[in-house]
Order: sequence, then C-alpha cells, then structure tokens
Amino acid sequence: MSDLTRLTAAELAEKIHTGEVTAAEVTQAHLDRIAAVDGDVHAFLHVDAEGALETARAVDADLAAGRAPVSPLAGVPLALKDVLTTRGVPTTCGSKTLEGWLPPYDATVTRRLREAGVPVLGKTNMDEFAMGSSTENSAYGPTHNPWDLDRIPGGSGGGSSASLAAYEAPLAIGTDTGGSIRQPAAVTATVGVKPTYGGVSRYGLVAFSSSLDQAGPCGRTVLDAALLHEVIAGHDPMDATSIDAPVPALADAAREGARGDLNGVKVGVVRELSGDGYQGGVLRSFDAAVAQLKELGAEVVEVSCPHFGYALSAYYLIAPSECSSNLARFDAMRYGLRVADDGSHSAEEVMSLTREEGFGAEVKRRVMLGTYALSSGYYDAYYGSAQKVRTLITRDFAAAFEQVDVLVSPTTPVTPFKLGEKVDDPLAMYLNDICSIPANLAGNAAMSVPSGLSDEDGLPVGLQIMAPALADDRLYRVGAAYEAARGPVLDKLGELEAAK
Amino acid sequence: MSNISRDEVAHLAKLARMAVTPEELDTFAGQLDQILDAVAEVGEVAGDDIPPTSHAVPLTNVFRTDEVRPGLSQDAALAGAPAAEEGRFRVPRILGEQQ
Repeated sequence: MSDLTRLTAAELAEKIHTGEVTAAEVTQAHLDRIAAVDGDVHAFLHVDAEGALETARAVDADLAAGRAPVSPLAGVPLALKDVLTTRGVPTTCGSKTLEGWLPPYDATVTRRLREAGVPVLGKTNMDEFAMGSSTENSAYGPTHNPWDLDRIPGGSGGGSSASLAAYEAPLAIGTDTGGSIRQPAAVTATVGVKPTYGGVSRYGLVAFSSSLDQAGPCGRTVLDAALLHEVIAGHDPMDATSIDAPVPALADAAREGARGDLNGVKVGVVRELSGDGYQGGVLRSFDAAVAQLKELGAEVVEVSCPHFGYALSAYYLIAPSECSSNLARFDAMRYGLRVADDGSHSAEEVMSLTREEGFGAEVKRRVMLGTYALSSGYYDAYYGSAQKVRTLITRDFAAAFEQVDVLVSPTTPVTPFKLGEKVDDPLAMYLNDICSIPANLAGNAAMSVPSGLSDEDGLPVGLQIMAPALADDRLYRVGAAYEAARGPVLDKLGELEAAK
Repeated sequence: MSNISRDEVAHLAKLARMAVTPEELDTFAGQLDQILDAVAEVGEVAGDDIPPTSHAVPLTNVFRTDEVRPGLSQDAALAGAPAAEEGRFRVPRILGEQQ
C-alpha cells in the first residue's frame, strides 16, 4: 500500500478512475504515511482523516455507480495550506490569534476542490499569516525539510512543500505573496506555481497583502501542478479582483512540453537575478538548466530588467503596508483570540493586549513597518515611492516580454539553510525572496521547477520560469519540457533515505 | 543613520493597537531602523513622472447583480465570537472611567 504514496497525481487518478484502486485506499495510504512521518516533518497543523475519507468514499460510490469522474483529479488527495478557510475545519494561519477557530464558510479554492472530488487530508503549516520564508514564524513550531530535518522547508508554505517531498500528499495548495509557493518548492525539489494575479480566487484566502496574494498549485511534477491549477482557476464573482477570462489549457501545455521540443520558444535570462549573494552551486545548476533549454531547441538570450534590483525594497514597503491594514480585522471582538476580558479593561485595552498576545514577532514587525510607511509625513517617501517602483518593474517585464516568451532565473539565491540560522535577522531572511518578488509586484505567472542538487551541499535548487499575465500555459510547456529532459530530482531523496 | 527612535516605535505600536513589551521595543527599534534604511532606496529611482501602481490588474468598479442571497445565519456568525449574549457580540466596555 505504501507504493501508492510514491505515484504522481496523474497516475493515481488513472488507477482510481479505471477501478484499479479505490480513492479510499489512496487516501488511507497517505493518512498512514502522515501518521508515520509527520512527527518528524511537522507539515500538518491539522489532519482531517474523516473528512478526507468521506470525500474519497463519495468518489468511489460515484465510480461504482458507473458515473464519470467529476474531475480529472477526483479521488486524489491533497494538503491545503492553513491560510484558506475550510468550513468547520480549523484554520489558524499559523497564528495563536486564530487557534481553535472554525470558519463558517469555505474559501472558493476549498469549494472547488470539494466539487472536484479532491479529498483534503488536512491543513498545512505556514509562517504566521504567510509572513516568512522558513515556516519558523508559525506559532505551532517549524516544519522540517525532508531533505535534511535540520533545514528549513521554505516559507511561508513550508508545510505544503514538505508534505509533497515527504510523500504525505501527492498535491498541495500554497499561496504566494512574495514567493511563498516558489521558494518552498525550490528548497524541497518540488514544483510550485504562482498563477497570474486574479487567476485563482482570493475569496476565503485570509488576506496578508491583497494586491499581491495569490493561491496556486503545488505538486511533484509539472503535469500534476497543471491538473490542479485547472481545478482551482477561473473567474469568481466573490473576488472583485478575479479575472473574467478563460483559463488557458494548462495540462495540454504540460503534455505538449513533455514531448521535449522547444523550437520556436524564446527564453530570456534575467541579467539582474544573478551575481553577488548567489550561491555558486545555485548558479551552476541554473547555467546547466539554461544549457538544457537550448538543447531542447529554445532560443536563449540575455535580457535586462534594470529595476528588479529595487523589487525587494518596494515589496517590503507595499506588503507590510497592506498587512497593517488587513490585520486590523483581528480586533478580539467578533472571532479569534480575546484576552484580559475581566471587566477591568476597556475594549481598546483588550484589543491591544490580545494583539500583543496573539501575534508573533514577524507579524508585529510588519504591522509596525506598514503603519510607519502609511503614516502622514512618510507616505510619499515610502509607500508612494514603492508604488512607483512597482510601475517601473511592470514596465521592465513588458519590455522583456516583447523580446522573449518566458524569463528564467534561479528561484532562490541559496539552498535551504539551517533552522534558526536567519530567524533573528529579518533582512537576511527577506533576501530569500529576491528572485520571486518581481512577478508578484507585476502580477505575472511564475513557476519553480527542480533543477537538481547544488554541487557543494547536495541540496535542492529551483529554476524559476516567468510568463506574462494570463500566459500561465507557457510555464507548463517550458517547465514540462525541462523536467522531462532533466529527469526527476526528488527520487534522489528516496535513495538518500534508503542509504541511511 | 537613524530613522526611527524607541519612542517612535512605541507610538507605532500604540497606533497599531499592540501592547508591546519594553524588551520588544528595544528589539524592534533596531530592526525597523535597519529595514527602513535598506528599503529607503525606493525614493532614489522613481521620478515625479512615474505614476504609482496600486494593483497588478487595472480593474475598477466591478459590480454584480443586486439580488437577495442567503448569508450567514446569526448562529453561524456568532459561533466564533469570544463572547456572545442575546444573539449579539458581547464586547468589553467602550467608554473609559472619565467619559
């Protein structure tokens, strides 16, 4: 039965839909795997065995009655980041503020997964309110990277990426505000996609930075991510920023890419996402990936995006500003934590004491940073200037995409570092997102796909592929072609485990 | 260069309704100073001729049809409340002793 956890989502779907195995067996195999390894990995904050099995049995009953599967992924289980609301199932966002909260409604992503017959195994660990690059900011303790349990699994979606790399789930959902899907994917040798902003509904995604937040698919293969992307994407009237346009054929693009022909595709190497601060092994892995893209027939040119160097600074003004406003909702009045309600404190005092108790250090730092950047007298110099830089970065992308179809860079400048190594140095932690942030600021689609192991430390490296808004299919075509040529990376983790 | 003093951090914490401890004030003052120093470079690149971007998708006035649909029941809305009474949210006193 343990073999079932090693299969891809596409393989599992085929076995379930042809009756070779039941969805309940597949879900149970993953629940067993979680029970066996999650004590070490801590990818999950909550496991919903009953809910997952109930969905799986419903899929089985449907198939047994001769009905067609409700979706291409019907019966294939998934790990859901704890920032998306699940009706009646705990949703904490990795914060003490929301400990024990049972949302009264499903996020649109959650609803679409249910409608697609996807069993949700549980809710995955994350940096509090998705602020961080290591999951160390979770109020419930960090997640450990299956490649080396002393190292970070990335963040904020480290629980989702680790659940894939530990074979606890074949699919996962993440959210990406500055790289929280892609950086965790890179450091665990899994695939993660930040869709075009507005491509996947934000309804029920607990807001951190509303102009940047975007939910997206995570998997162990490019095709699996594409299949999941198709399930969750599409217009939603409940999200006013949702794009009312057809979703491109993503799985078809992945299948076409897997044939290994990139003739006619122009790839741009971003000059500014390289150099000082990048680990040698990461850059060598990236160079090898670029060489492989050329072998597949792609035309590769170097392009310059001169303002990308300012993206990190713009992001760390825009995101904290929006977060300071969004997190004002945690006021201890209507839901969530309330402390010091003993009759001696006013509502405002209860609010201040509750927020002090309920928020962790990084959330407090960002709320204060945002409060500062938005305050009168500083607004123009900080928030206002950051918004102008956002315009310049968007223009850089537009100019680049006049020359090429996709852009590539390393996903992160370094391989996964040790837990605790950067937790007291916010600026060092922020640098992890230096390659991923430009796509968030411009709203483009971007993917991280494994590009191998760094030759210095044997740890995973990710290749980032970026495409224009609404051209997410290009990511899947190029990503699948590269993945097929490169060969699997995560399999090496199994060899490492076996050798122990 | 110092952007932000310990007193200013205390003021920010007050504005943000967070009762931070004296130890936190010391830590945050140093860190916020360091972060603001690093991000202040955004003021160097963008001239007055560059318009700001607030949002990646330029959408305005997205409407839906104005029709009655079921919402949360009173019980569901109150289910997560820290305190509820007579079908309402119960909150601590709002007025101070002097008011």
